[in-house]
Order: sequence, then C-alpha cells, then structure tokens
Amino acid sequence: MTQQAPAPESLLATAVQDEQSTISREIAELHAERDRGPGTGVEIDFAPYRSSILRHPTKNPKLADPEAIELTSPAYGQRDVARIESDLTLQHTGEPLGERIVVTGRVLDGWGRPVRNQLIEIWQANAAGRYIHQRDQHPAPLDPNFTGAGRVITGDDGSYRFTTIKPGAYPWKNHRNAWRPAHIHFSVFGSAFTQRIVTQMYFPGDPLFALDPIYQSIPNQADRERLVAAYDHDLTSPEFSLGYRWDIVLTGPKAIWSEPEEGEH
Amino acid sequence: MPEQLLPTPGQTVGPFFAFGLDYPASHELVHPHSPGAIVLSGTVFDGAGMPVPDAVVEIWQPDADGRIPTARGSLKRDGHTFTGFGRSLTSDDGHYEFWTVAPGAVDAGKAPYLLVALFARGLLDRLFTRIYLPGDDAALAADPLLSSLTADERATLVARRTPAGHLEHDLHLQGAKETVFLEF
Repeated sequence: MTQQAPAPESLLATAVQDEQSTISREIAELHAERDRGPGTGVEIDFAPYRSSILRHPTKNPKLADPEAIELTSPAYGQRDVARIESDLTLQHTGEPLGERIVVTGRVLDGWGRPVRNQLIEIWQANAAGRYIHQRDQHPAPLDPNFTGAGRVITGDDGSYRFTTIKPGAYPWKNHRNAWRPAHIHFSVFGSAFTQRIVTQMYFPGDPLFALDPIYQSIPNQADRERLVAAYDHDLTSPEFSLGYRWDIVLTGPKAIWSEPEEGEH
Repeated sequence: MPEQLLPTPGQTVGPFFAFGLDYPASHELVHPHSPGAIVLSGTVFDGAGMPVPDAVVEIWQPDADGRIPTARGSLKRDGHTFTGFGRSLTSDDGHYEFWTVAPGAVDAGKAPYLLVALFARGLLDRLFTRIYLPGDDAALAADPLLSSLTADERATLVARRTPAGHLEHDLHLQGAKETVFLEF
C-alpha cells in the first residue's frame, strides 16, 4: 500500500499572503471580463484561488467521441455501502456537537432522469470548522464523536439522504484572513463515467460567499447558486434536526447527444 | 431536444479528501501479484514540474478480454471480483499506483485504453484523459482520437512499458508536457 495522507501543511500556504481586498478586486475584475452566459460552469483558470495557478491545464480539452467504457460507470450497491454510513452522527459512541441537519435531494441527468444506484461520498469539517485530519492544525476543537465522512447509494428515484452536523467555516491559507464558507464536499458518479463530478454544497445566506475565491470561481451567479442548498422547513424534524434540500444535475456527453429513447423518462 | 437542466458546477476536492475518498485496497483492481496483474503507476506534475502530493487519480476500464465490468464491490473488495474501478491518492512525492490488468479492446481493432478522472487541490474541476497501452502500433495509429493529435500530444496519452511488463504514465496538469485532457 503506497497510499499516504496528502499535502503537508506547509504546501497549503501560498508564498505571498495577499490581503482580502486584493483577492476581492481580482475576483471582481475576472467576473467583469468573462462571459456571464448561463451554464458556463466553473473556471479552472482562476488566479484568486492561488493553488489553481500552476494546476489548471492551459490548453482547451479535446472533444472525444465517447466509447463504450466512457458511457458506462462502476456498479455500486449495498454490498459496497452499509445503510448506517449515511448517518454521520451515529459513527461514534456519543453525540457529535453542533447543529444536526438532514441533507437530501436527487441526482438527475440533464434530461431530469434519476441517476439510480450510484455512489455519493461526502466529507466535511465538524461544527467548529475542523477536519479530523492530522494536517488540519486550525486551533478549533476536534470532536471525538464526529469523523465527517459518509456514503450512500442513490435510490430508484435518484434520491439520497444524509444526517450530519452543519459544518463550520474555517480558515485556509490562500490569502491573509481567508475563510471558507461552510460546505460539504460531494463526490458523485453518474450512469456514464463522463458524468463523474466532485463538488461542494454550500448553505444559504453565508456572508463569506462574496469573499471566497473557490465559490467565486464559478463566473455566473445562477451557476453559483446551483451549489447552495435550500433550507426546507418541511424536512426539519421537531426537536431533532434542520432540513436542507439540494439536487445535483450531471452532464451528459456533448459529443453524441441523441434523443432519449421512448420509455426512458 | 436540448438538455433541460443546467449541470451542477464542479469544485476542487480540496486538501482533506483523504478521509472522504480513501478506503482499503482502493487502488487494487486485482489482487497484487495475481496472474496477469500489472502495476500502472506514475507521477502527477504541476506547471512548475513539481509533483502534486494532493491529487486523486481514478481509473475505469474493461477487463483483459475487453468486457466492461458490471460487478459491484469497488468499495469493499472481495479480492477476486474485477469491478474495473480504482482510486489512488497521490503520495507525498506525487506518485499514484494501481494493481490492475491490461485492458482488452472493447471493439475489435480499437486501441485499448484506461479512462482516467483526475482531481487535485487547486484544480477546480475534474479532468478526464485516457491512458493507451503501448505495443500495438497499428491499432494506435488507427485510433480516431490519437490520429487527430500531434506526435507530442499523442505521447502524453500512451503509457511506457517497463522491462518487468508494468506500465508507467505521468500526468502533467500544465507545462511543456501538458497531458491532453478530454471532453465528451
């Protein structure tokens, strides 16, 4: 096993610690000069996120005709994921600290069809904004009753449901006084491997949105809002948890779009 | 009919993906040293030529006979079922590694390859590429994607065979040897 934990802490800091005002000005300039049409997705060349400067490809991706392996995806099922893995509050002997939440929604393809029996993995900081990771040395408390990782398999209607704790905002080393908005990382497989996505779900009304170069790497406001869950009081349980709803839409291959077959809806 | 729903944008995996994405034997598509098993390994580099220690490399591939797997069990390996999916977190020196089998061609005459999804801190959306097997020059020359590329670009998609029969293939996010990444 050659696998190791990633990224020594020293590698996470940028060499020059810019002021937030510098980062915010760069974000505003980049948004002003970019096409703000709908559905443009994320910008991978987004210098206010300093770590992206040397890690984004500079050439346009080549449009490839997907072959059979690209139009399929790994198969998952309860053999892979135990039901209890979707409840992050039950992984230890005691109750984790923080605001207990339910996050639910559906995984859909571009035509609104459910993506069934596929794996969703999530990971997140605890309520104090600390990851249970040896390289997260942010001096917020670790929670002995919270690991912050969960898995689920989508149902026949593409639905998923996690019970967890609302993560806290946390500092990072992109610039001076950089803080990430509270977020949950989502890894999602589709029915084609080309639908594979890793993204982040945010919480409504976060005051850090405007300041965060990762959230702002999405040039279009409507696209950014696509990553923000909706608070849903109907999902909120009396005396127990608050509810959030968040749907995930996966892309289909561009190269061979065709009419969906009858009966597939 | 166009797509009705706009896709959810991607975001970086960040630095702390290990405890969300790591699991036992994630990089062992086949049991190490089993008959036909090979190592596929390489290094992920950034635009300064430095190894990327916080990347995730995923592969998805047919089996040795070119069949696309449909078996479950990529997360809880039983040690004998081939599921076609593997995940390797890069080490402190940017190294990724899989135990797998050389994929067969799904369609006769097509050049066999492994499909790759690449994630990293600092990389705002996942990237796709392919790793083609070296050796069958006629099949590689006939491949529609490879034949549309320059020689330098093609070289970024074809693995090297080691004397021991393993495969080596580096991934360059940026720079003179920037890997050809794909959209579909």
